[in-house]
Amino acid sequence: MNNTIVSLLALLLIPSAAWAADAPDKGDTAWMLMSTALVLLMAVPGLALFYGGLVRGKNVLSVLMQVFVGFSLLTVLWFAFGYSLAFTSGNAFVGGLDRLFLDGVFDNASGTFALGATFSKSTPMYELVFVAFQATFAGITGCLILGSLVERVRFPAVMLFLCLWFTFAYCPIAHMVWFWAGPDAYTSAEAAQAANASAGLLWQWGALDFAGGTVVHINAGVAGLVGAYVLGKRIGLGRESMAPHNLTMTMIGASLLWFGWFGFNAGSALEAGGVAALAFANTFLATAAAVLAWTFIEQALKGKPSMLGAASGAVAGLVAITPAAGNVGILGAFVIGIVAGLVCFWGVTGLKRLLKADDSLDVFGIHAVGGIAGALLTGVFNAPALGGPGIVTDWVTVTVGYPGVWQQLLIQAKAVGFVIAWTTLVSLAAFGLVRLVTGLRVNEEDEREGLDISTHGERALEA
Amino acid sequence: MKLVSAIIKPFKLDDVREALGELGIQGMTVSDVKGFGRQRGHTEIYRGAEYAVEFVPKVRIEIAVPDSLHDRVIETILQTARTDKIGDGKIFVSELVRVIRIRTGEVDEAAL
Repeated sequence: MNNTIVSLLALLLIPSAAWAADAPDKGDTAWMLMSTALVLLMAVPGLALFYGGLVRGKNVLSVLMQVFVGFSLLTVLWFAFGYSLAFTSGNAFVGGLDRLFLDGVFDNASGTFALGATFSKSTPMYELVFVAFQATFAGITGCLILGSLVERVRFPAVMLFLCLWFTFAYCPIAHMVWFWAGPDAYTSAEAAQAANASAGLLWQWGALDFAGGTVVHINAGVAGLVGAYVLGKRIGLGRESMAPHNLTMTMIGASLLWFGWFGFNAGSALEAGGVAALAFANTFLATAAAVLAWTFIEQALKGKPSMLGAASGAVAGLVAITPAAGNVGILGAFVIGIVAGLVCFWGVTGLKRLLKADDSLDVFGIHAVGGIAGALLTGVFNAPALGGPGIVTDWVTVTVGYPGVWQQLLIQAKAVGFVIAWTTLVSLAAFGLVRLVTGLRVNEEDEREGLDISTHGERALEA
Repeated sequence: MKLVSAIIKPFKLDDVREALGELGIQGMTVSDVKGFGRQRGHTEIYRGAEYAVEFVPKVRIEIAVPDSLHDRVIETILQTARTDKIGDGKIFVSELVRVIRIRTGEVDEAAL
């Protein structure tokens, strides 16, 4: 009797078990929810503390506010329309409006959640998880730009600029680099052709960007430099001391960035598998290597290894390994980390003097320079001959290949150039419009008083 | 009466105060000051930005002393504040015209 019931139950369970193979894995879901929260930690408080410590004490709250409120603003915009523009099918440049206000991600009548793609066939993830994970990327990318504008920019100008830049630079570039139909769309040669044609422009080119070298760091770094030129220099730059008011805050912020970046990079695998492990290990190693490289060159050229240098080296390594994280092997991470430490040191010293812009917290020198180095080296160290995993060249059969170092490097360089051009134009237009609508800078008296009192009516430290 | 004003290295303050206390000095005024002399300041480097810090932090002690004590006071400061390295500071001595204790109205040496 009991045996019969067990057999019947087994029969009943078979179809649902087969169906369940296409439901999101609970382990993957847990990892992605955790990764999302880790990226939030990078922005608030990580980036806010990192930037906040680097300004003068009279401006620290204004920086914390710009990051805190800017991140919140971008999160709301992402849920309202940004996700739809970035991650639904439209054309090669921008997505459509199917998911405005996340329409359709959850059917409350049937209690079913929409599923999105990962990088493995028959391995979906809850679309809502992907929406939230990517929301944190959109949020932190906009906030990175703020480091170029601090200590003089108007608060309303920051908010309006973020709205414009998010809509016309972040969302389209995220679409161009990352949007594709997902592996399950590749069922035959014809289906593959149709799927490829629906993908974003840079994806179609074959550009590799694991977690955001182009989308996040080059995009934000170049926008920051444009902003520094448009805003002009802080009053007293070069004559008065603008030394950081609290490098302890900066060290804590850099450490939280390092910690949270495991979610950013390893989470970008979208599954808790081998690629996530590779991205995790690469993120770990490249960052440590970049800290050593920066500390070494600072000792060699300036005579003293500084805390700010070590913290900057960590961020440089994290930036450069971002496009590479799941796309290179351990050797690649080691080399990318060292190169990042050295070129970003040049980015904030020699290159900064050449540029003559008051990119106050070196957003260009670290994020754009590190992002470019990482994006180019990703193309090189993706090579299986250099320990890289290669590229899936045919998603129907999931065949891995590699087009050759020069071919891939050229694709990476094209992608880098394209993103630099796009974000430069959008940033120029956006800052121009903001200048007309809200004005860009606080007046001289308010700037000397400090933005904490003059803009926010409060101070961090009792004088 | 003399007013002895000595600029010394901050970490020498406790030694100087103790040695002067043994001499019978009843009071002094101490302030944190900044300045420069032959000891140059230092350079701080924050990434690409270099700042010359020209004013070095020092401590100034001011002591009003009767003429009988003033040579020994100076000798004591010289011995206790000296490190033989540049930046040990200076002692300025000036004539003191009047001293008045506010609580009692006592004047001059009685007020020291």
